Amino acid sequence: MSAIAVSTTINGDDVEFLCNSDETLLDVLRDRLGMTGSKEGCGTGDCGACSTIVDGRVVCSCLVLGAEAEGRSIETIEGMADGAALHPLQTKFIEHAALQCGVCTPGFLVASKALLETNPDPSEEEIRFWLAGNLCRCTGYDKIVRAVQDAAREMREA
Amino acid sequence: MGFDPSYQDRKFNAVGTRPKRPDGIDKVTGRARYGADFNMPGQLVARVLRSPHAHARITSIDTSRAEALKGVKAVVTAADMPDLTGGKRSAFAILSNCMARDKVFYDGHAVAAVAAIDARTARAALKLIDVTYDVLPHVVDVDAAMAADAPLLHDNVFTRGVDPRPETSSNVAARSEFGHGDVAAGFAAAEVVVERTYKTEQTHQGYIEPHACVASVNPDGTAELWVCTQGHFVFRQTCADLLGMDVSKLRVTSSEIGGGFGGKTHVWAEPVALALSRKAGRPVKLVMSRDEVFRASGPTSATSIDVRIGATSDGRITAADATLRYSSGPWADAWAETGAMTSFACYDLENVRTVGLEVLVNRPKSAAYRAPSAPMAAFAVESAVDELATRLGMDPVEFRIRNAASEGTRSSYGPVYGPIGIGPTLEAAQAHAHMQAPLGENQGRGMACGFWFNFGGQTCTDLNVNADGTVTLAVGTVDVGGARASLSLVAAEELGIAYDRVKAVVADTATLGYNDMTDGSRGTFSSSMATISAARNAIRVMRERAAMTWGIPVEDVVWEDGHARARTPGQGNQSLSIKDIAAKSGNTGGPIAGHSELVADGAGVSFATHICDVEVDPETGATRVVRYTVIQDAGKAVHPDYVEGQYQGGAAQGIGWALNEEYIYGADGRLQNPGFLDYRVPVCSDLPMIDTQILEIPNPNHPYGVRGVGETSIVPPLAAVANAVSNAAGVRLAHIPMSPPRILAALDQKG
Amino acid sequence: MVEVGLWGALIPLAGNQPRVQVEARDIRELLRKLVEAHPGLQEPFDEGVAVVIDGTVYRDDWSRTLPDGAEVFVMRRLAGG
Repeated sequence: MSAIAVSTTINGDDVEFLCNSDETLLDVLRDRLGMTGSKEGCGTGDCGACSTIVDGRVVCSCLVLGAEAEGRSIETIEGMADGAALHPLQTKFIEHAALQCGVCTPGFLVASKALLETNPDPSEEEIRFWLAGNLCRCTGYDKIVRAVQDAAREMREA
Repeated sequence: MGFDPSYQDRKFNAVGTRPKRPDGIDKVTGRARYGADFNMPGQLVARVLRSPHAHARITSIDTSRAEALKGVKAVVTAADMPDLTGGKRSAFAILSNCMARDKVFYDGHAVAAVAAIDARTARAALKLIDVTYDVLPHVVDVDAAMAADAPLLHDNVFTRGVDPRPETSSNVAARSEFGHGDVAAGFAAAEVVVERTYKTEQTHQGYIEPHACVASVNPDGTAELWVCTQGHFVFRQTCADLLGMDVSKLRVTSSEIGGGFGGKTHVWAEPVALALSRKAGRPVKLVMSRDEVFRASGPTSATSIDVRIGATSDGRITAADATLRYSSGPWADAWAETGAMTSFACYDLENVRTVGLEVLVNRPKSAAYRAPSAPMAAFAVESAVDELATRLGMDPVEFRIRNAASEGTRSSYGPVYGPIGIGPTLEAAQAHAHMQAPLGENQGRGMACGFWFNFGGQTCTDLNVNADGTVTLAVGTVDVGGARASLSLVAAEELGIAYDRVKAVVADTATLGYNDMTDGSRGTFSSSMATISAARNAIRVMRERAAMTWGIPVEDVVWEDGHARARTPGQGNQSLSIKDIAAKSGNTGGPIAGHSELVADGAGVSFATHICDVEVDPETGATRVVRYTVIQDAGKAVHPDYVEGQYQGGAAQGIGWALNEEYIYGADGRLQNPGFLDYRVPVCSDLPMIDTQILEIPNPNHPYGVRGVGETSIVPPLAAVANAVSNAAGVRLAHIPMSPPRILAALDQKG
Repeated sequence: MVEVGLWGALIPLAGNQPRVQVEARDIRELLRKLVEAHPGLQEPFDEGVAVVIDGTVYRDDWSRTLPDGAEVFVMRRLAGG
């Protein structure tokens, strides 16, 4: 079985890789490209820990094949900060103690970023339903929602 | 060790504030490395072959075709993991659970494992392992397992704790009994009696990070293990013992951990990874899939509990009796015993009796889940207490206050209580605004109280003062959710320096002495005690250095606000900062450090009361949590944000347990929902904001009064939610989880 | 001399006595003397035991002294989650 050659863009950089037909984008990111920021919590698209943005749309990268990345634009947690400058969501998550163990945090940050790019002034209900695909077992979501609300406010005022 | 752990009332500068945690940036950028984020050159990928049967004898295993597959470097079975346990029952259970010996006891029980050059080859190799099974009848329900004609898991289980010893083997591994007084007389004196049987289904801790490790065993017997764990020192000992390895040659490094809640205090596949690496002579990476986590790690017990409580018409409980049946999986443990101990612990009772029965079933080996065994017992008792209060026409909080335990009460499990906080949390609940909020249509309110022990344990800390006056704090308790921030605050407080001048790290087993695992709500409690002790030792060293510099006795040097100050008349008001002293340390005796190795013991308990409002849709049986409040005693909240986080997280897990989470088995004994789609944990849209109130009743056995807080918050929610749902629906729900079908059935029965 | 309560599972192993009298200065001596008097206690003690003195649970500190007239109780060493 020969590998497939893929050319894509990840966090603004041109990237080329080889992958098998049955490898997911998550497998490629973690095992081929060493980008372990996206996590595998379930492998079946139920937990959102692998959330990435593909052509502007937040997806579970465990449900996208590596080969499907061809010609697309991929954004991962590794590209969220601008060099040393954290994204407001990243800053607010720390400030609001919106993470405990932190393993779900990359997925939440990527999904929240996609939310605020779509809807800069979401209500609490809109935030909760948008993030319903991201599981957190540590926080009960309270501080996560507050962090997103605060980041949204800061980004609107900027 | 000369360290006095008793409470010292003081005003705090750093402790009690809410700074940013030191490991925050790594975690929000994806740089933090968890169990599966680590790789070693030349590593192999492991996969485990698991039983598709709930109960079967293994008649043969032939691994030859798998071993012959190109790319496969090692295959192991129980033959590669001989029994070195020397008859120790609990160790043998762990060994047998890691790899089945002659029988498989649950769907998912490991039978063999392979290590290959990639995942694809490993998966193909599993298909080439030929196992023949003699399938046996199985039993998965805790009550069915006790029936006279139940299939037996073992033929040599004669219930311990029963006199005379039973002559026939059964699935009841042990019986324990607690209590005092005369329950028969107590019930005779009661004017109202509530009696009911409650059931709770099996749940999983549900951590988002599956178990993962990289094991590397060298030909000379030295080995390394990178693993997500709640206790790297415990894992080291267990793995070394099971595999006959020299513990001093095994170095275990704890990765960042993506949730544990007790499920990562036990080994599952780690010994298998080490066995594979030993056989292959190469590093082996083993990551469990989510399916495997559900089927083959350690969910909590399923239970069936009978409760009977009697009271006089003026609201005094005269007798309380409970029989608790807990499933422990294929091997005996002490889950029912612990449940029996905690059942009535909140109350002051003259006549009480609890009996616990450990029941064996064809399910995975039960493990600890955040205040293990207490939530189920509290569900049953707090539901019955609520029913009793209602029958008496009394307010549920007032009824509990009237019967609450306090200092000097003889607990239902034996010892007399010292100072405890059950009264204050109940009083705070009574006064809380949540209690006055109006309820809408189809809404109901419920409350419940609960507690859990806090443990101390062996704890080591190294505090090193760097040449620039900053401080590095090396601890051995795994940080599950913010402890490094709290410990940095404690070090900053003791030394009188700024929080951001302290850096806390979790050391590995080769660089620090033994530390007990992070369980029993002990992380901040015990490590903070060791940190205080280490800081005071470092301060002693720095006073000596200052004394040396000034040529005065060390007794004339005091430490204040991060400075050594001279108090000798004639020496004026000399002062040296920690930075000054550290910069000169090369000439005053070398690097400056404080160490502490202590046993943090005599920790107390932490009580909580929860209030819950729900709305139940009478057409669908769906329940929405509308409002939730946690009131819990923290002793002293070192970092209030993270104390609140523990309260909210425990409550959320309890809500999931109460409303949706359960293991569902088919008639074939196979787990039907080993994934997050059908094992339904609370999602963001299920919950409201969770309000918290931190009470601070100092723990007399800690210098700052700190109590452990991590577990108690999962104890009250099952009953708080059940009481709320029962009030909303107008019918008592006694079977957890109260999923829509169960609520609809109860509504139908009501009429 | 202290009066020691035993947790339920231990009672059958100590001649069915829920409370026993023991002459002991500290926890270490208490446990040693209990096993001397009732050898069947060795196995549960090996599995893990804790001692409660006046309401405070001690799981590891075997040097802890037993004050005169203290309320002493022996129970299983629990673990958390």
